[in-house]
Amino acid sequence: MFDIVSFIPRAVMQGIPLLYGATGETLTEKSGNLNLGIPGIMYVGAISGVIGAFLYERGGNVQPFPAVAIPLLCCLFGSLLMGLLYCFLTVTLRANQNVTGLAMTTFGVGFGNFFGGSLIKLTGSDVPSIALSATSAYFSKSLPFADSLGAFGKIFLSYGFLAYLAVVIAFVAAWVLKKTRVGLHLRAVGENPATADAAGLNITRYKYAATCAGSMIAGLGGLYYVMDYASGVWSNNAFGDRGWLAIALVIFTIWRPNIAVPASFLFGGLYILYLFIPAGMSLSVKELYKMSPYVVTIIVLIIVSVRNKKENQPPESLGVAYFREER
Amino acid sequence: MHNALFHISKRRELPWYSAWGIRGAAIVLALVVCAIVTALATGLNPLAVYGTMFQGAFGTTRRVWILLQNLAILLCISLAVTPAFKMRFWNIGAEGQVLIGGLATAACMILLGGKLPNGLLILIMLLAAVAAGAVWAMIPAIFKARWNTNETLFTLMMNYVATQLVAFFVIVWESPKGSGKIGIINQNTEAGWLPQLAGQKYLLNIVVVAVLTVAMYVYLNYTKHGYEISVVGESERTARYVGVKVGRVIIRTLCLSGAVCGIAGLLLVGGTDHTVTTSIADGRGFTAVMVSWLAKFNPIGMVFASFLIVFLGRGASEISTIYGLNHSFGDILTGIILFFIIGSEFFITYRLSFRKKEV
Repeated sequence: MFDIVSFIPRAVMQGIPLLYGATGETLTEKSGNLNLGIPGIMYVGAISGVIGAFLYERGGNVQPFPAVAIPLLCCLFGSLLMGLLYCFLTVTLRANQNVTGLAMTTFGVGFGNFFGGSLIKLTGSDVPSIALSATSAYFSKSLPFADSLGAFGKIFLSYGFLAYLAVVIAFVAAWVLKKTRVGLHLRAVGENPATADAAGLNITRYKYAATCAGSMIAGLGGLYYVMDYASGVWSNNAFGDRGWLAIALVIFTIWRPNIAVPASFLFGGLYILYLFIPAGMSLSVKELYKMSPYVVTIIVLIIVSVRNKKENQPPESLGVAYFREER
Repeated sequence: MHNALFHISKRRELPWYSAWGIRGAAIVLALVVCAIVTALATGLNPLAVYGTMFQGAFGTTRRVWILLQNLAILLCISLAVTPAFKMRFWNIGAEGQVLIGGLATAACMILLGGKLPNGLLILIMLLAAVAAGAVWAMIPAIFKARWNTNETLFTLMMNYVATQLVAFFVIVWESPKGSGKIGIINQNTEAGWLPQLAGQKYLLNIVVVAVLTVAMYVYLNYTKHGYEISVVGESERTARYVGVKVGRVIIRTLCLSGAVCGIAGLLLVGGTDHTVTTSIADGRGFTAVMVSWLAKFNPIGMVFASFLIVFLGRGASEISTIYGLNHSFGDILTGIILFFIIGSEFFITYRLSFRKKEV
C-alpha cells in the first residue's frame, strides 16, 4: 500500500531546496537575467554555510543562536558574492548571460566540491568527515508538539524552520512581484528595459538588486539541503542536479513563486517517486521514473509556447543585456 | 551639475591583434590569480604551481596522449554546438546529445556484436550515433521553429531525459547482473571497437576531430549553409526578408549540431571507453558552450580554447593528487579563467572614455 503519510513529508523535504532555487531564479529572471549559475550558487551557499558551521563547531561550546546565525550569514554572504559577480559580468560588463551562468555553475560546483573534499585537510582537523550534527540539530528542530499530533503533525509540522521560511519567502516574492510598485517596476525592467529606462527607472540598480536577492534566496536552498535534509553531512555531488531542477520549476510555474510552493512539493514527490513504487518492479524502471520532473517541465514549456498567452510568457528581454546607447 | 565619471561607447571593429591582445592580457591576469589561489591552498610558490601543472599535463607520453584525447573530445563537442550558437540558438543540450549518441553506439555493439562483420557493424554504429544525436537536437529545434519554444530551457531538460534513459539501459544491459554498470562491451571479441591507428589508442579520435575541425571551418565560412546561419544569427527579420526559410535553417543546423555530438558519443563509447555510463560526457556539453563562445565561434580558435581548458583541468588534477586535495580544484581554476575572459570581452566591444577634469 502506498504510504502517503511518509511520502508527503519526504516529498516536501525534497521540494524545499527546489522552492528556494525557483523563487530566487524567478526574481532574477523577472529582471531579465537568465541566471544559469543557480546550480553553482546553491553549491556555494551550501558550502559557505558548512564552512561557517565547521569552524564554529571546531571551537566547541555550541550555543543555539550562533549555531544558526553563523551558517546562515555565511551562506547569504557566499551567495551574495556569486550574485554580485554575475551582475558585474552581465549587467556592468554586458557579457553573454548563458556563458556567464554556465561558467558560474562550473565554478560554484567546483568550489563546493573542492572545499567539501578538502576542508578537513586545509584546516588540519582530525575528524574523518564533515558531519555537523550539533549545528544541524538546531536547523532541523521541528515544532515540539509535532510528534504528538499523529499524521497531521507529521505532514505539516515536522520540518525545520528553513522549510517554513522557504514557503514564506515564496509567497512574499509573489506578492511583491504582483502587488507592489517595486514589483511592477521590476517586471517592466525584465519585459522592456528601454521603456523602463525612459520612464526613469534605474535599470542597473533593479537588475543588481533582483539578481543578488535571488542568489541569496537560492543559496539558502543549498543550506537547507545540507543542514536539514542531509543532517549536516556534506558529501560531494550529493546535491546533484537539483539546481537545474529548480530552473525547470521556474518554467513549470510560469514565473509565479506562489505556484512554486505546491509545484516544488510535486517535483519533490516526482523526484522520490521511484522509492515508493511497489516492490518487485525492476530497478531499471525506477530510472525512468526519475525522468518524470524533466518530462513534465518539457511538456509545460511546449504547452505554454503553443498556447502563446501573453501573461504566461517568459520576460520579454530574458537573456539579453541592456545597453542604453544601442537602441 | 552631476557628471558621470566616464561614459561607454561602442567601438568600431578592433583589429584582430588588439582584440586578441586584450584576451591574452585577460588570460595572463587570470593565470596570475589562479597561481595566487593555488599558492594559498597549497602553500606552494606560484611558479612551482605552473611547473607542477605542466608536469601533470605533459609529464609523460601517456599524459600527452590523454591530454590530446580530452582535447579532441572537448573540441568535437564545441564544434558541434557552434553552428547553433552562430545562429543564436542556445543549444546547451550537447551533454544529452553526446549521451544519446553514446547510448546508440553501445546498443549496436551489444545487440549486433558478433552477428555482423566488424566493418558493417561500425558503419551501423556510426549511422545510429549520428541519427540519435540529430534526433535529440531536432526535437527542441522543431518546437523552436514552429512555436518559438525557449530552446535554452528545452535543450537543458533534454540532457536529463537522456541521462535517465542511459541509466535505464545501463541496468537493462548490466553485466555482470547486479553490478549496476555495463562493463567493457565485447571484451573478448572486440566487436564494434573502432580500429586503432598505428597502435595508438587515441590517435583515431584525434584524427577524426582534426578532420571535423577543418570541415566545420569550411562549412561555416565558405558554404551557402554557413552564410544562411550567419544571416539568421545577425537578424532573423533580415533573413526572412531576403528569403531564407528560417525554420528550415534552424532545424537543419540543429540536425548537424546533434549529429556531431553523436559522433563525439561514438568516439567515446566505440573508440576509447567501450562502455557507456551516465557520466561519459562529464560536463563537457556545458564546457563546450564556453569554449565555442571564447573562440568567437571560430573552429581554429576553439583548438586553443579547448587546449587551455583541458590543460588547466589536467594540471589542476595533478596538483590535487600531489597535495591530497579534491579534484574539483580544476573547476575553480577554469571558472576563474572564464570569468576573466568573459569580462575582457567588454573592453573589446566597448570603449571607456573618461571625462576630462573641468578647469
